[in-house]
Amino acid sequence: MSFNDVFMLFQSPVMSGFAWFFILTTVFYIARIHAHQAIYAFTRVIHNAMRLTAQSVRQAERRMMNRNTEVLLTQGREATEHIIEREFERINDTVQKDLSEYPALHRLLSEKITQINEDYQESTDVPPAPPGWVKAVEAVAKIPGSKADTMVGHVLGDIHQSMIKANARATEEYRKTSHKRHQLLSNMMPHWRKVSRTLAQVDKNINSLLLRSVSIDRHMEEYENIQAGSERAVQHLSSSSLTQFFISAFVLAIAVGGAMINFNLIARPMSEMVGGTSQIMGFHTSEIAALVIILVEIAMGLFLMESLRITRLFPLIGALNDKLRVKMIWITFGILLTLACVESGLAYMRELLMQDAAATRALLRGDGVEVIKSSYLWITTAAQMGMGFILPFALTFIAIPLESFIHSLRTVMGIVVVALLRSLNWLLRLAGNIARFSGAMLVNFYDLFIFAPLWIEHQFRFRQKKQGSKEKGEGRDNADSVNSADVDDIRYGSLSRS
Amino acid sequence: MFKLKLPVFSLILLAILVSMTASCSSKHVPNTRAVYMLMDTSGTYTKELKQAQRVINFILSSLNPGDTFAVARIDTASFTEKNIIDQVTFADRPSMANQQKRQFRDKIDKFIKHVKGSAHTDITGGMLQAIEYLNEAGAGHNLILIFSDLKEDLKKGYIRDIPLQLNGISVVALNVTKLRSDNVDPRKYLNRLASWQKKVESGGGTWKVVNDLERLETILTF
Repeated sequence: MSFNDVFMLFQSPVMSGFAWFFILTTVFYIARIHAHQAIYAFTRVIHNAMRLTAQSVRQAERRMMNRNTEVLLTQGREATEHIIEREFERINDTVQKDLSEYPALHRLLSEKITQINEDYQESTDVPPAPPGWVKAVEAVAKIPGSKADTMVGHVLGDIHQSMIKANARATEEYRKTSHKRHQLLSNMMPHWRKVSRTLAQVDKNINSLLLRSVSIDRHMEEYENIQAGSERAVQHLSSSSLTQFFISAFVLAIAVGGAMINFNLIARPMSEMVGGTSQIMGFHTSEIAALVIILVEIAMGLFLMESLRITRLFPLIGALNDKLRVKMIWITFGILLTLACVESGLAYMRELLMQDAAATRALLRGDGVEVIKSSYLWITTAAQMGMGFILPFALTFIAIPLESFIHSLRTVMGIVVVALLRSLNWLLRLAGNIARFSGAMLVNFYDLFIFAPLWIEHQFRFRQKKQGSKEKGEGRDNADSVNSADVDDIRYGSLSRS
Repeated sequence: MFKLKLPVFSLILLAILVSMTASCSSKHVPNTRAVYMLMDTSGTYTKELKQAQRVINFILSSLNPGDTFAVARIDTASFTEKNIIDQVTFADRPSMANQQKRQFRDKIDKFIKHVKGSAHTDITGGMLQAIEYLNEAGAGHNLILIFSDLKEDLKKGYIRDIPLQLNGISVVALNVTKLRSDNVDPRKYLNRLASWQKKVESGGGTWKVVNDLERLETILTF
């Protein structure tokens, strides 16, 4: 039985259409109350389900936000603790280095000051005392008539000669002592300078300590903010984390470029070692081997940085005792050095292979063109070897941006998840509201389809009410109120009120 | 922080495992190539062998380690291993492969210097030998190069009315020269080409003609 057989109740399709319209309208009118209830129930179920899901998503978003804040604060606290710890270590180093030498410094300063004092004492200018018998000579010279007495004259002359000699000796002595004093004073200069330098060094150290204490104060303030979980600290950490994420991603992209160059440098000669035809998972084994070497170099670089306590990706390595850690540093460095030498050799082999391939191609072309051996070829060979040696060490430093990237990735992922949850929440609420209002819309469409029986029903009710009001003798006002109620009925459908 | 790293690492590991499983489950096709070249040494075509040498050198320079290459002559009875002038499967190591290429070239040069023209031309026999060789080589991509004017001239008693099984093999006719009779009636030339094309395609192979030896790079595109 085809659709046509069912549809064609009469010969005329128009008549059949009208008949079906009539039947359906009647059926829909009869089923109106239940249909309305079903539509409302269905849309309400959807709306409620969406609302509940949206609430759940909202809660998940809040939990995620709280968790993000916790993680951010924990990260910030750890980072600040690390910085403060490092500052204290520096202060400790300064104190141990400088203040442990303080007794020696004090002794040195005391010795220098004592020496300066002694030198100063010794350099005091003491004029030589005149001989004791000068006063006796003066007395002899004052004897009356002595000028006429030749004996006295001779005696005085002799005394005079003696005096001149004594004077010359005294002057000589005085010069010597003065010279000695000047020497003592000039010897004091290096001591002065030494004392001055020592004091300047002490001043510098003290200033350095003061600067560090200022820095510690700043970090402590930051730490207190983080501990208190202040909004400012969260914002600051979030912004700092995003900056770290983009910067580290940029540096990692550069490192990936370096790794790719390194890969191209060693992939070709690796085919000499592992063969050029075998494949693993659709990739040449030589390429995979080259990739593995680069990955091993990166791994060794990570361990080296970890052992040096520059990064803190593996807490186990950081917690090793110093002796073992130093051993690990040397082992990882040794492996890196070996790999760098291997890469350098491979880079050299690459050049040889390229020359060999070029010579074979030239021979096979057979056009008489010889491969030109440039005298500058050694430069490219040396450059390739140098790159092969340096790149493994350069890749070691990937560990630093990688650590920042991983740490900041948590924050960025948290922010992205929160944004996604928020969007999902909005979409669910929108869908719920659309479902809710589409229920009313569907009911209106339903009523539009059965407008004819509804209109008849309205007319019937209107007349019935009018007749009833006349019988009761009610006033005009009441009739107006009935009319206004009926207008509402026409608009919304009287049965929907029930 | 460690809580985050573990799932990320697990995801990467899972991706690798999935890709490994996918690659293992798919049918493995070797990425190597095998080329079998038939050189017509009959009658007047021997003067074209210099061109053949050029083609061989080009193919040698284009093949990679692991690929297989064989050159055989077409003479009165070509369905024999004795007709193979030289064959090689290039070593895994590129330096060894280059050495093999040089040795191969020297051997071909020697052959071309001392080659003597044959009385008859058994192209089908050569094709059968090529098919057998390529099937044994087991390469991922197979190619038969026919350096000939495609004019078959069988000795009396030789039966070559045998269908060719060329599934997965490409056939390229190189330097198909026009004979004097072709110039009189070009339909002969065209019919000759068409009959070979039909023969190859009915055997499941693909057919191509390259007369301009400046466009040799197109022959190794599988």
